[in-house]
Amino acid sequence: MDIGWYLVVSVLIFCIGAAGVLVRPNPMVILLCLELMLNAGNLALVAFSRMWGGDDGQVFALIVLVVAACEVTVGLGLIVALHRRQLPVDVDELNELRG
Amino acid sequence: MSAVIFFIAAIGALAGAFGVVMLRNPFYCVLALVGHLISLAALFLLLRAQFVAAAQVVVYAGAVMVLYLFVVAYIGEADEPLHRPGGSLRILSPLFGLAIAVELCIAVLGTALKGINTQGAPFSPTFGTPKQIGQAFLTQYLLPFELASLLLLVAAIGAVVLARRRRGLDDDGLDARLHARLRPAFTGTMAESGGIPSGHIPEGQEVTIELPESVGASSRSGERGARREGDW
Repeated sequence: MDIGWYLVVSVLIFCIGAAGVLVRPNPMVILLCLELMLNAGNLALVAFSRMWGGDDGQVFALIVLVVAACEVTVGLGLIVALHRRQLPVDVDELNELRG
Repeated sequence: MSAVIFFIAAIGALAGAFGVVMLRNPFYCVLALVGHLISLAALFLLLRAQFVAAAQVVVYAGAVMVLYLFVVAYIGEADEPLHRPGGSLRILSPLFGLAIAVELCIAVLGTALKGINTQGAPFSPTFGTPKQIGQAFLTQYLLPFELASLLLLVAAIGAVVLARRRRGLDDDGLDARLHARLRPAFTGTMAESGGIPSGHIPEGQEVTIELPESVGASSRSGERGARREGDW
């Protein structure tokens, strides 16, 4: 398959993720949609790495994997903290920073 | 053959992505994302990125998704209502996504990159193997590698600090009590979650803070103990 096909798939996944971030009110699903966007970026990086025949894109994709894991950890920690304080887990209602 | 596998994997990845956005129950969203990640790993294999594919399945579809499932189970969120009062943004945002999709497709397909219409660089037996990736990580990309490990450490500590247990402050009258009194000494610290009772003040230290009645409440938890959070 041509590299362009992979890029088109990556574009579609990114856009689904971006629309999901805007549509869904649940912060946990928003984190999942962020994962989708990061994965789309990963797919594009690996596709370009295949195109050039170098390993650099794959190394960068692994770094993105690590960053995504960190983002998930902190995000889920925030959600657990919200739940502990009996605040609504809903981004439409969480509109102030005061704990 | 590779075209058939590509289309199966691509359809699986797109269906998984749609599932994440469309499904109402967060638990099923996570399961859809697991399917998406496995399809994506198949695409990585087609692109001869064996190590990235393996890391994707083990780290992402394994570890990170289990973390998600634990949090979903902990929160126990019910299904969202299908129609929320929320107005024009909910209608506009899919259109926004479609607009980005069209724009990016134009950008990708109209690009001047020559290699985009080829199958990629000529075959090399060492491309994408763990040996090659490890060598790149430990020689050319040593600094990003170390920074990534530092980032993981910071994220782990940050998550512990964010989600720690604040005993003595988790109550219904939290707001009122926060306004009425100062925060008691040594609540919400990591030492407290390690077993030192809240409100414990070391000897020889003079602290004059009014303590709320919930300090040391573990002995007389009574009616409140039934719904106190995180009391293991």
